[in-house]
Amino acid sequence: MTKDILVVDNLNMHYETLEGNVMAVNNVTFTVKEGESFGLVGESGCGKSSVASTLLQLQSENAIISSGSIKLDNQELVGMSESDLRKVRWNDISIVFQGAMNAWNPVIKIGEQIREAIREHHPNNTKKENTEKISELFKIVGLDDSIMDRYPHELSGGMKQRAIISLALSCDPKIVIADEPTTALDVVIQDQILNEIKKVQKLLGLSLIYISHDIAVIAEMTDNMAVMYAGSIVEKGPTASIFSNPRHAYTKLLLESTPSVVGEKKKLRALDGEPPSLINGLKGCSFSPRCPDPTDACKKGSLEMKLIEIESAHWADQCCVNCG
Amino acid sequence: MNNVIEVNNLVKNFEVSKGFFSRNKNVVKAVDGISFSIPKGESLGLVGQSGCGKTTTARALCLLEPKTSGDVKFFNPEANEMQDLDSLTEEQVKQFRRNTQMIFQDPYESLNPRWTIKDIILEPLNIHNIGSLENRTEAVVEILKTVGLTPPENYLPRYPHELSGGQRQRVSIARSLIMNPKFVICDEPTSMLDVSIRISIMDLMLDLAKDLQVSYLYITHDLAVARYMCNRIAVMFNGKIVEIAKTEDLLSNPIHPYTKRLISSIPVPDPKYIRNKYEIDFTELDEIIKNNSENLPMVDIGNEHFVATHDVKDLLI
Ligand SMILES: Nc1ncnc2c1ncn2[C@@H]1O[C@H](COP(=O)(O)OP(=O)(O)OP(=O)(O)O)[C@@H](O)[C@H]1O
Ligand SMILES: Nc1ncnc2c1ncn2[C@@H]1O[C@H](COP(=O)(O)OP(=O)(O)O)[C@@H](O)[C@H]1O
Ligand code: SF4
Ligand SMILES: [Mg+2]
Ligand SMILES: [Mg+2]
Repeated sequence: MTKDILVVDNLNMHYETLEGNVMAVNNVTFTVKEGESFGLVGESGCGKSSVASTLLQLQSENAIISSGSIKLDNQELVGMSESDLRKVRWNDISIVFQGAMNAWNPVIKIGEQIREAIREHHPNNTKKENTEKISELFKIVGLDDSIMDRYPHELSGGMKQRAIISLALSCDPKIVIADEPTTALDVVIQDQILNEIKKVQKLLGLSLIYISHDIAVIAEMTDNMAVMYAGSIVEKGPTASIFSNPRHAYTKLLLESTPSVVGEKKKLRALDGEPPSLINGLKGCSFSPRCPDPTDACKKGSLEMKLIEIESAHWADQCCVNCG
Repeated sequence: MNNVIEVNNLVKNFEVSKGFFSRNKNVVKAVDGISFSIPKGESLGLVGQSGCGKTTTARALCLLEPKTSGDVKFFNPEANEMQDLDSLTEEQVKQFRRNTQMIFQDPYESLNPRWTIKDIILEPLNIHNIGSLENRTEAVVEILKTVGLTPPENYLPRYPHELSGGQRQRVSIARSLIMNPKFVICDEPTSMLDVSIRISIMDLMLDLAKDLQVSYLYITHDLAVARYMCNRIAVMFNGKIVEIAKTEDLLSNPIHPYTKRLISSIPVPDPKYIRNKYEIDFTELDEIIKNNSENLPMVDIGNEHFVATHDVKDLLI
């Protein structure tokens, strides 16, 4: 049995705002095994990035973790002191933040910025050691050493993202979270970056949490996946099993709304309406206002959202399993 | 007379200075001699990587920017004839602007944030002085219904920032369609939208194309989207069209290595599917194309499937 590297159990996080509490992460439970690639998919605003920042305990100031646990290699991260967290972040778990490739400091050379990050966690390394480390990482992600001496504006989007990935790898983490790492890139560059990430993962035996709104990318990149809607996981399991036997109405719609270049040309299904407001939480099935065919029970909102196992390791919200 | 637009050897160069202190200029050949036509009621997809010249093509065709050279003829329904863009009278330019509209990628940037939805959609009618004030408002209400923003009264007094991305894109579609154009140039109209909302916008555009006989030049870098929207697809690389064919033909029988590379780079929403890896050397392809004649000759390999002819055998790696 491969061991569990990250165990997230019943995690609840909300943002305090003037309008009320934004319930961004509700009862989120999942496990990532060593060397596994785990996907998190869902439309914009469903809480993917909120999960990501909470896993690193880097959530914004108005975020409150009301309950739940995040165990990284058996260490509890929720409630851990900042100084201990500092040892864990980057060394054990690191992240490629959404939009990070546009967050390079424009006046400092790329190499210097990565060296600085390594220095923060390994103050005793020599400059030469750090440069060698970067050179090794650049080779893996397909960047030339000369890039170290360049400023961010001198790089293309693809190069900036490769450099960000090497930054995330710079302290040899066990698990890396990649939050929409290719969303702003064009298809060919996306393809190259996806290949790079797969290669790196295999080579280093990394665990990966891959976040995307694009179900086609999730299909290619992940072994297991979770579908998020309005702050909750509505379905999770082996990627192959979710694609072949989707059980939640939202998952089904996601799968039927994605165009493809292969196979018969199909009429796609649109998902009308907008995601619900997450302020002060929702009762019953959160997808019911947009669901193409809710039952009477769904509409009443009397059903409690709860994941149940419908086949080996494949879980779906009980409302949907029982009414469909 | 069956085309909405005929483009022949369109060129658009930009001059960019070589450096801050240098007086020398580099010429960027953003669009380098492309030709295509779009039959009435049909839509053409223009696909290619970032920077290949798609937006530049669109802007030149809309007269947003002067082209460097080339012939562009468009069908003017008001005169019922093809007219050359270079020799339009002032009145004909107005007619062109009425009948050719553009939808942009970012629905937020293209809508004036200080105007209400009503004023935004009214603007083209006001500019072209069409109908009485009352008729205009009626037209706005109708078009809002057409694009699915109902009940219209709820949307008329709102401002763009009070709408979601999908709703804003519906407003830009409404604004461009209120003039009853026959040809609409769309530059990545759905790439900023969530997948789920994307389909309703694409379906809306397809319905409108059918009901109102609108043709699109549909720009995207995603071939899967182009497949859903277009009868034919033109593949662009560094300012040139390298292949143009009927959509299904292009996807099932791509000839040019760049087309193959582009198709192979699209993720497939099926975990069992293993994509063909198809690598090419882009720098080398660029060289080969540059070293060929000014106008890359296209050959018809049958079924109106055109491929640029140049020696690309060595590209495969
Ligand atoms: N105003 C300008 N001045 C100088 N160069 C320009 C200008 N506009 C575009 N270019 C250059 O022309 C080429 C084509 O750009 P264009 O915007 O048409 O690409 P695109 O295919 O629309 O790309 P994307 O998919 O990123 O939108 C690029 O090399 C670009 O840098
Ligand atoms: N700092 C914050 N304060 C208040 N609300 C926030 C904050 N960050 C995110 N949110 C809200 O939390 C929800 C989830 O957002 P996010 O995690 O960014 O979603 P995703 O990454 O899936 O697009 C959204 O409703 C968003 O508006
Ligand atoms: S539980 Fe009912 S309303 Fe909710 S997604 Fe399933 S069918 Fe639709
Ligand atoms: Mg996000
Ligand atoms: Mg563009």
